[in-house]
Amino acid sequence: MSTETAEKEAAVKDTEALFSKRRKKLITDPLVDDNPITIQVLGICSALAVTTQMQPTLVMALSVIFVMVMANLSISLLRNKIPTRVRIIVQLAVVASLVTLVNEVLKAFAYDMYKELSVFVGLIITNCIVMGRLEAYALGNKPYDSILDGFGSALGYSWIILTVAFFRELWGSGSLFGIPIFDGISSLFGEDFQLATNGLMVSPVGAFIILGLLIWVQRTKTGYVEH
Amino acid sequence: MQQSNAYIITFSVILTVVLGLLLSGTSEVLKPIQKKAEELDTKKQILGAVMPAEEISAMKAEEINEFYQNRISSKVVNIEGEEIEEQDGVQVTAETIDVAKNYKKAPEERLYPVFIFHEEGEEDAANAFIFPVYGSGLWDNIWGYLALQTDMATIEGITFSHAGETPGLGARITSSEVQQRYKEKSIYNENGELVSVVMQKGEGKDYSGEPHKVDGLSGATITADGVNKMLKNYLEHYKGYMEKKKEGSPKMAFN
Repeated sequence: MSTETAEKEAAVKDTEALFSKRRKKLITDPLVDDNPITIQVLGICSALAVTTQMQPTLVMALSVIFVMVMANLSISLLRNKIPTRVRIIVQLAVVASLVTLVNEVLKAFAYDMYKELSVFVGLIITNCIVMGRLEAYALGNKPYDSILDGFGSALGYSWIILTVAFFRELWGSGSLFGIPIFDGISSLFGEDFQLATNGLMVSPVGAFIILGLLIWVQRTKTGYVEH
Repeated sequence: MQQSNAYIITFSVILTVVLGLLLSGTSEVLKPIQKKAEELDTKKQILGAVMPAEEISAMKAEEINEFYQNRISSKVVNIEGEEIEEQDGVQVTAETIDVAKNYKKAPEERLYPVFIFHEEGEEDAANAFIFPVYGSGLWDNIWGYLALQTDMATIEGITFSHAGETPGLGARITSSEVQQRYKEKSIYNENGELVSVVMQKGEGKDYSGEPHKVDGLSGATITADGVNKMLKNYLEHYKGYMEKKKEGSPKMAFN
């Protein structure tokens, strides 16, 4: 597969614009048409695990963006040097190091977040999206394109988990970013008016349901059918 | 392209060294900052047992350090409740005791730190006694700080932390809404027996009339059980100290 993409790379002209049509597509494709979660159905585990609240989800999304961009960049820079037989281990080592970096930085500068997220940040290593992009794209393409590709995929992942977290926190805990929304709405209508939270949303099952609905809505709109 | 074994090994060694240096370097650089963050976090947790969480989160790091300095004094006791100043010839201070490490020893051999929340400048005028507690939840360890009023029976406040409980489920023990449920509950029953405070199964019931029960965590029964066990265990461990305090000192005048 990597030889195939390598040939394509040679065909691309050197004088391509910084954000040419092809490069824009690298970013926009994974957002909807080729979304890592809803279309490729990768990275589901973390999408279920962290999305009970907005704030940890946002930190998780930013961490994934950082790790994917940096991993794609490093692997792409090394792509002609990496021995093919150990390439998976090399990818793993690079990703694991980046994730450890993120974890250490969080521990130093955002200790509360570190406490909440440390387990899941570690799990970025096993996020199939990261390894998937390294294997499928960064190994055979130039650094700049790889950065765009990683950024696009990470964004596609991020907006989905943020959307899931939005509904899960709102319906499950009645708040957003920890700010009580339901209580606020209730107080507008007087004491008798109470909005109940849905415990199902807090459990992983809630994430499955929201994700399923998202995929449904998306596929209805794009007309995507699995072959 | 097929590379030679020598190339693969050289590549792997270089990669390992580079990544190793990068990581250990970062860890070295960030360590002092991480240590400060950790200490601050511990102080926040200790103070959290006697202060509302919003008040603490509104304070800056220096303010917390200063407040802690002025209002908290500490002691180390053993399971009998006797004060300990040194162990094996080394001086012990409550702040440096690793509760997690002590947790691995037999209860009789552990050192138990006690933090005393007192009026500013008057170490004898205690307002509350704060005891660290430690145990295991569903996935990993959980710990916390339990503050008792000077009658050594009524809970002034409590904070919990965890290493890896499920966000939104077991991790809710860190939310002030859950911790508030313990306020004003009593750890002794009418007969003077230590019964602790027990988190119930299920959530949404009103336990305001029952001094030894608090509302449970829906979907996090195992974490709640861990919390119950942790409280019961450590209250037993601190019983010696609590009994001594109760009989030893006359009732605090201002309480």
